[in-house]
Amino acid sequence: MDIPYTVEVRRDTGLTNGKIGIWLFLASEVMLFGALFASYILIRTGAPVWPRGDTILNVPLATFNTLVLISSSVTMVMAWASLMRRRLGTFRIYMGVTILLGFVFLTVKYFEYSHKFEAGLFPSTNNFLAIYFTLTGLHMLHVFGGMCVNAYLLGPGSKLWETNPKWFTNRVENSGLFWHFVDLVWIFLFPTLYLL
Amino acid sequence: MESTTSDHAVDIDHHVRIYITVFVALMVLTIVTVAVSRFHLPVPVAVGVALLVATVKGSLVACYFMHLISEKKLIIAVLALTAVFFIALMALPILTVHDGYWIH
Repeated sequence: MDIPYTVEVRRDTGLTNGKIGIWLFLASEVMLFGALFASYILIRTGAPVWPRGDTILNVPLATFNTLVLISSSVTMVMAWASLMRRRLGTFRIYMGVTILLGFVFLTVKYFEYSHKFEAGLFPSTNNFLAIYFTLTGLHMLHVFGGMCVNAYLLGPGSKLWETNPKWFTNRVENSGLFWHFVDLVWIFLFPTLYLL
Repeated sequence: MESTTSDHAVDIDHHVRIYITVFVALMVLTIVTVAVSRFHLPVPVAVGVALLVATVKGSLVACYFMHLISEKKLIIAVLALTAVFFIALMALPILTVHDGYWIH
């Protein structure tokens, strides 16, 4: 039995099931990160003293990572635009670069984390580091998850292009929506954790 | 049929130009965020500026990369409902003021 409304839109919603599904998922993600942000506000405002992020964290590395993630959002949307232009080869290049930029982001985070651990700074050290590791750790898991889906779409998943290009394009668009959300979360994490 | 395909290609080209413009704006705003933090403004002002710039950047990503600017009403409605609950969540810490947790 075929999955319904993958290509054609439902009359009642005006959307494909995949599109409404990913947006509902992202709404739940907003609440997940929202709960952690609210906890951060509560803990920070309730603390007698709170360190500035730039006295503990590496701002130049995080700035570099911000630029990397923004660049990956552009390559992701360009990958989708390539499919809309029916250029599978260009799609592969942009999607490959998107995954590569995700890998660069995680590598930089690995060095950041390693440096903290070597300096004896752990989540249990203080509330600031507990919040830092929780929020950035959860965000890193999202980056990794997005990379896995994108790798599937670049590899075995791209066979769908031969049989149903519209469905494949919709899948890439939905994967892109998740990837942009991950970028959006980082846009707020960066100043609140590193700069304030 | 030929003209429809051509129109479609022109439409995507227009989108791509917007993506590049948004990309440049996001890069510039990132540099602005870091530069402003170097001034060591008072915490309330610094928080306000940082969140304002982050909101502008986030809106650019949501509106143009995620195509919210031209999205269906149902998705806008879902996100509006999410925004209400999100704002309520962010406001929760304010309740603790009345319990004196912020007073030292």
